[in-house]
Amino acid sequence: MNTPPRPRQAELLPLGPDAVIVRFALAAGAQVSGAVQAFSEAARQAAIQGVREVTASLNSVLVRFERRMTSREAIMAALDELLGAEDWLNAPLPEPRRRWRVPALFGGRHGPQLAEAAGLAGVSEARAVREIAGAELRVLAIGFAPGQPYLGLLPENWDFPRQSHLTPEVPAGAVTVAVRQIVLFANASKTGWRQVGLSAFRPFWPERAEPFLLRQGDALRFEPVSENEMDALLANASDGLGGARCEVLG
Amino acid sequence: MSGVLRIERAGPVMTLQDLGRPGLIGQGVSVGGAADRLALLEAAALLGLARPGASIEMAGSGGTFVATAPMRLALTGAPMRADIDGQALAWNAVHLLSPGQRLTIGGAREGTYGYLTPAGGFDVAPFLGSVSAHLAAGIGGLLRAGVDLPLGEDPHPGAPATRLDVPGRFSGGTVRLMPGPQTDLFDAAVRARFFATPFRRGPQANRQGMELLHDGPGYTTAAASNLASDFIVPGDVQMTGAGAPFVLLCECQTIGGYPRIGTVLAEDLPRLAQAPAGAPIRFRPVSLEEADAVWRDEQEQLAALRARVRPLVRDPHAIRDLLAYQLISGVTCGDDLERT
Repeated sequence: MNTPPRPRQAELLPLGPDAVIVRFALAAGAQVSGAVQAFSEAARQAAIQGVREVTASLNSVLVRFERRMTSREAIMAALDELLGAEDWLNAPLPEPRRRWRVPALFGGRHGPQLAEAAGLAGVSEARAVREIAGAELRVLAIGFAPGQPYLGLLPENWDFPRQSHLTPEVPAGAVTVAVRQIVLFANASKTGWRQVGLSAFRPFWPERAEPFLLRQGDALRFEPVSENEMDALLANASDGLGGARCEVLG
Repeated sequence: MSGVLRIERAGPVMTLQDLGRPGLIGQGVSVGGAADRLALLEAAALLGLARPGASIEMAGSGGTFVATAPMRLALTGAPMRADIDGQALAWNAVHLLSPGQRLTIGGAREGTYGYLTPAGGFDVAPFLGSVSAHLAAGIGGLLRAGVDLPLGEDPHPGAPATRLDVPGRFSGGTVRLMPGPQTDLFDAAVRARFFATPFRRGPQANRQGMELLHDGPGYTTAAASNLASDFIVPGDVQMTGAGAPFVLLCECQTIGGYPRIGTVLAEDLPRLAQAPAGAPIRFRPVSLEEADAVWRDEQEQLAALRARVRPLVRDPHAIRDLLAYQLISGVTCGDDLERT
């Protein structure tokens, strides 16, 4: 029986002195999060000799290794073998180990672009908030700023690009949307993502016993709250949790 | 007793730095640490340390310091004017600062980042495995006048003073560029023009990155407009907006959406980070194989530096009170000048 060779699923590429990346897609919005998350989980579990860090971005997996213990060739060979072992591009997202519930206020002065984003998604503002709150989002990547999550995926009608101009500043805690994803800003920042809401959740807080709250793969749901509730959460921001709760899943 | 190092006057960008925090890319925190890692290895070699400790990194200019207990220290990185109570100090050397004396470190004679490293390090609590300030990530902050830094225990308090001849890396020059994940997105002609172009360091530079200036058109790729944000490492040369090159340094973001033409070799990053504004910079392409072949582990680099350390011999002309020394009589243990 002849099995046709599997088409090339990803590129193995060097990155600096001690890392390689496994790139499943080059373009923004390629939506290969299943492959990326499943492969990074598998690469972590494979416990390849000399690997120090495995982490995912939206389209690729970074594998950083200890050069005193291994070589780039050995790491690339091990990753190539792992790539050939499964149909990663059709892999589902691995099951989450934890689920966060994060209070957020949508629209109004804390979500100045909700109407615009809802229009791009082809729904009313109320429906837009229901769709965001109804989505079981996953932490697809963390970056740009410490602890800052890229969450996805929203329903397909949310597949619109970032705005071409930059908003001069969104505040820390801003809930922003583009390309079926949500970025929850860790710090005040200039951005092309549209701000639809605000949370008091601070994913990175150096003074907290646990400085980083989120891990890749975590599930996260936003829970809409009223302006009064958000004001209270913002006023009691001593731990940066912003009323968020974390449930460890069986 | 180890005492404290008091900062009486601080330059504009002074921070505590060690070798940073590897392993937090997945949390969005780049490695950080000293902008010129080699300067920390040189300090460790000079002080006879088993591994690099923590230093005060001084961008552009230093400050004024006093210690409450005798303190051996190394001065490395960008050479700066330095003296103890008016007596000029050799750079890339070890000196003793005694209580009651004042160490003054002025502006950089060349380069950007100078380092003051106490032999016993600083007795401050690490955060996530490092005492480094990571300004971009909001970890730690600038060192300011009036701060007392507790000193750690010197493992070799009586060790003779040493010096190291350091080849210059403080005025720009040619750095090697290895291919990265996005190198092939640039046309061969664009890459060839990039490597043929003389650049100069622009005025915008900090621990996150450095602007490069050149005459002529930018370096663009058709893929730039729809590129997914992907992993960045220090040394990456990214093309912003109209194709203006920007080199990412130790406090770079961990992911970014601008295309990158390649990565400066770790061995050449000290030269790049030290380049002062206006310094000439060129890039030379090397293959992945060549890049991997020249790589050396930092412990290995430290061992090689240790073998080059020499005793510090003072220039008699620089000793103000030369006649006060007994130059011939008696047996000394060789470090008298350090004990003044």
